[in-house]
Amino acid sequence: MTTTAVETRTGSGTVRLPGAWGLGLGRGALEIKQFFRQRDQVVFTFAFPVVFLFLFASIFSDDVKGAGITASQLYVPAMMAAGIMSTSFQSLGISIAIERDEKVLRRLRGTPMPPAAYFLGKIWLVLFTGLLETAILLLVGTSFYDVDLPSDATHWFDLAWIFVLGLTACALLGIAISSVPKSGKSATSVVVLPFLVLQFISGVYIAIDTIPDWMLNIGALFPLKWMCQGLRGVFLPDSARILEQTGSWELGKVALVLGAWCVGGLALCLLTFRWKNRRDG
Amino acid sequence: MGGMTTHANELAVDVRGLRKQYGDVTAVDGIDLEIRPGEVFGLLGPNGAGKSTTVEILQGKRSRDAGEVSVLGSDPAAGTRAWRSRVGIVWQDESAPAELTVGETVRHFARYYPRPRDPEEVIGLVGLQAKAGSRIKALSGGQRRRLDVALGVIGGPELLLLDEPTTGFDPAARRQFWELIRLLADEGTTILLTTHYLEEAEALADRLAVVARGRVAATGEPAALRERYGTDATVEWTEADGTIRTERTDTPTRTVAELMHRFDGEIPGLRVSRPTLEDVYLRLTGQEDAR
Repeated sequence: MTTTAVETRTGSGTVRLPGAWGLGLGRGALEIKQFFRQRDQVVFTFAFPVVFLFLFASIFSDDVKGAGITASQLYVPAMMAAGIMSTSFQSLGISIAIERDEKVLRRLRGTPMPPAAYFLGKIWLVLFTGLLETAILLLVGTSFYDVDLPSDATHWFDLAWIFVLGLTACALLGIAISSVPKSGKSATSVVVLPFLVLQFISGVYIAIDTIPDWMLNIGALFPLKWMCQGLRGVFLPDSARILEQTGSWELGKVALVLGAWCVGGLALCLLTFRWKNRRDG
Repeated sequence: MGGMTTHANELAVDVRGLRKQYGDVTAVDGIDLEIRPGEVFGLLGPNGAGKSTTVEILQGKRSRDAGEVSVLGSDPAAGTRAWRSRVGIVWQDESAPAELTVGETVRHFARYYPRPRDPEEVIGLVGLQAKAGSRIKALSGGQRRRLDVALGVIGGPELLLLDEPTTGFDPAARRQFWELIRLLADEGTTILLTTHYLEEAEALADRLAVVARGRVAATGEPAALRERYGTDATVEWTEADGTIRTERTDTPTRTVAELMHRFDGEIPGLRVSRPTLEDVYLRLTGQEDAR
């Protein structure tokens, strides 16, 4: 045993604490490592949208009447939107609830880690997994289901901002909902149920023109419906617009609603985020 | 010796009139503590005596209802990052990210601190070299506790707060842990540990506070406590009819002399014993009948 550390603890009283940005990068790398080591997480949040795209797009492949597209094509943007929400909302909602329940958060709070580093790490995780998920779905969609990559810069730009705004809004909502479950064990059901319902009423599993209007209107209160709609605008021909409620992609409204959810989600997070479980008061 | 960045005459921990209530239950009912820099201080008491609540308040993790608390010169409730970098915490039933390895976790936590210890050295100190590459989920309970200790000391803290650090350790691991605490104490780290193991408190602590029902029943060096609260002795002998008699007295010599006179020579089954620290502890915490 050695006693070499004595000198390192003497010295001046002012100490430079490590910065949040650098620590955030470090935490991001760690989060990504952890994510891919948890097989159930990878299957649950990552493989699900891919498997569902394969199932739905292969089962329903007929032409959609009067829209000039096939049902398979319809499922590609829908599953991309669901994939973005899965890697952000579902992944964060469940993992943060578990981290809180298992007191990983409380331990972090006891270190000089700046809270911003924790959230930066989560952002890197969500950005990384979200991009990878979207890329995989895009690859599957363009290879097997007749979807083309965006044809021009405008469409690429639309894809980029829908991705960023949708991912941000859903990530913030995921952080917010992580405070709802009482324990890590109940986290999955608390997070997955609303996500599943939203997927049904936002036009992910079922084509938008078959969902009753009142259901769609409820779905329209949340980001997923608008992410689906925006992505259809990016990947489907203009002839498919007749399927929409208003006969238009409404990209301006998509940006507005997603932007509003980013602001509202941030406020919700700031109001509700807790480092410890309710029991640890 | 003593904390180098703490003023020599300033207390590392200064607690006055600390109170904490959970609903109708009073967990801490007016505790005072003074811990000097460089000291190993033991908070000893039965389960539910208020030890953990006290330590959690010192760690800044729990709010208090009343009282003044100063830890390294700051109120823990307003602990800044700089303050947290000087305080090491080892929690009771703590968990770490299960999918990471021991090495990854310790190295990562080192990055949070301005002047961390060498991660490989710390892993060695807690005896986890052989497990450095193992995932945390594959560790045994005792190994996890040692990782908790590693994460508590990785920042090179001036003050280390340990809440029942050796619960669940086997005897060998406990001895090894004691060595680690002594090493840290030799380096000048101030250490506060709670325990309900009397031998642990006696082996490690320079001074003890015995806590019962949310109050400090006694404070002092272990030997001084025994002398102050254990001045009496117990004399035990066997009567002619075979019944064993005991008598607690402040004057054991006189009792033995009287017995010698009665038995006229050797006293059957004679035993004179001074109270152990355990006896004193059980008296102070009102658990004497539990023996």
